[in-house]
Amino acid sequence: MRKESKNFFADRDIQIILGTLLRVGVIASMAVVFIGGVVYLAFNHSEIVNYKQFDSVKSGFSTISDIFLGLGELKGSAIIQFGVLLLIFTPIMRVVFSIFSFLIERDYLYVLIGAFVLCVILFSLSNKLVG
Amino acid sequence: MLGDSIFAAMSVLLFTIIVLLGAFVAGLVGSLTGLGGGVIIIPLLTLVLGVDIHYAIGASIISVIATSSGSAAAYVKEGITNIRIGMFLEIATTISAIIGAIITVFINPSYIAIIFGVILLFSAAMMVRKKVDHSDNDTSGKLAVFLKLNGTYPTEKGMQNYAVHNVVGGFLMMFVAGIISGLLGIGSGALKVIAMDNIMRIPFKVSTTTSNFMMGVTAAASAIVYLHRGQIDPGIAMPVALGVLTGATLGSKILVRTKTDKLKLIFAIVVAFLASQMIYNGLTGRL
Repeated sequence: MRKESKNFFADRDIQIILGTLLRVGVIASMAVVFIGGVVYLAFNHSEIVNYKQFDSVKSGFSTISDIFLGLGELKGSAIIQFGVLLLIFTPIMRVVFSIFSFLIERDYLYVLIGAFVLCVILFSLSNKLVG
Repeated sequence: MLGDSIFAAMSVLLFTIIVLLGAFVAGLVGSLTGLGGGVIIIPLLTLVLGVDIHYAIGASIISVIATSSGSAAAYVKEGITNIRIGMFLEIATTISAIIGAIITVFINPSYIAIIFGVILLFSAAMMVRKKVDHSDNDTSGKLAVFLKLNGTYPTEKGMQNYAVHNVVGGFLMMFVAGIISGLLGIGSGALKVIAMDNIMRIPFKVSTTTSNFMMGVTAAASAIVYLHRGQIDPGIAMPVALGVLTGATLGSKILVRTKTDKLKLIFAIVVAFLASQMIYNGLTGRL
């Protein structure tokens, strides 16, 4: 019984930290997207849009290294993509954090499950899936 | 198509403003009805603005991550979300979302539009249907006990116990939901509800918040594939993400004070119309 109530409080703490992590991640990434959007509009506002036909090379900034390169040149679209990247990493960080919290709770089954989910995501990050 | 004639030569500024407003409405209505913003923003981008569906899918998935993570933050704090159920089912949804995201580019855009329309019709039907709570406290499921999926959630009468049923069936249905999510760039909440409410018989409060909790990770998995493939274009993703998120945030604030039954019915009709347009344009090869 004592063990159960202790776990309950640990769970509560973890959930509160998890909630904060998600919120901060979303706000931070959206702020970056907004700043990128302002820069992008300032320089590109009068261009003509062309999204009629999907072209895999057109958007540029489709790898993490490209995004960081563009970020160095302060390009608006690179800043937006960096914000998008931060947003994508928000739920991934949530998985990482959950794994640690299950580790603290000594729930090794769920450490394993969490690690598996993380591996699936990291595998897709490896950039070998897009032909 | 509409998009060809009216918006033939649109400037970046005009495009951004139109998409921003559209995404705001999509996020607002999506959050009020529980359908999510993706199901409206994709028809808007493709049917009205003539954007290639692959770009629309990439932008939509970003809005799914933003809205689901934003609202998950609130739910997680209330302690209704079952993190173990979410984590376990994420095995199915992340793998299948990546598979869906990989195959989507090899499928003819017309077929994607048709599949999208069918899922949209199905979601509209699920939205107006009377929900029946199948949950109970019969903890006889061995797998659910082994995986520690059974839990408690706060109600007006104090903490309520609940048991999870048919774990394998729910897992398989989640796999299907993940494929659809990766294929179409939507959260596919309607399919997740079937898996959790009807197959696993989880109480509404828990299933809604847990499915929302999973959506972010699932969408992130396919978003990485989209990003690498160049489907996430900053010029579209920026107004879509900002618009949907502000709309959804406003929606969740109104939601507490409004009765949504009538709104859902009106919205179901709008969604059914959008769905038929997507199917029609898919069948005639215009998308």
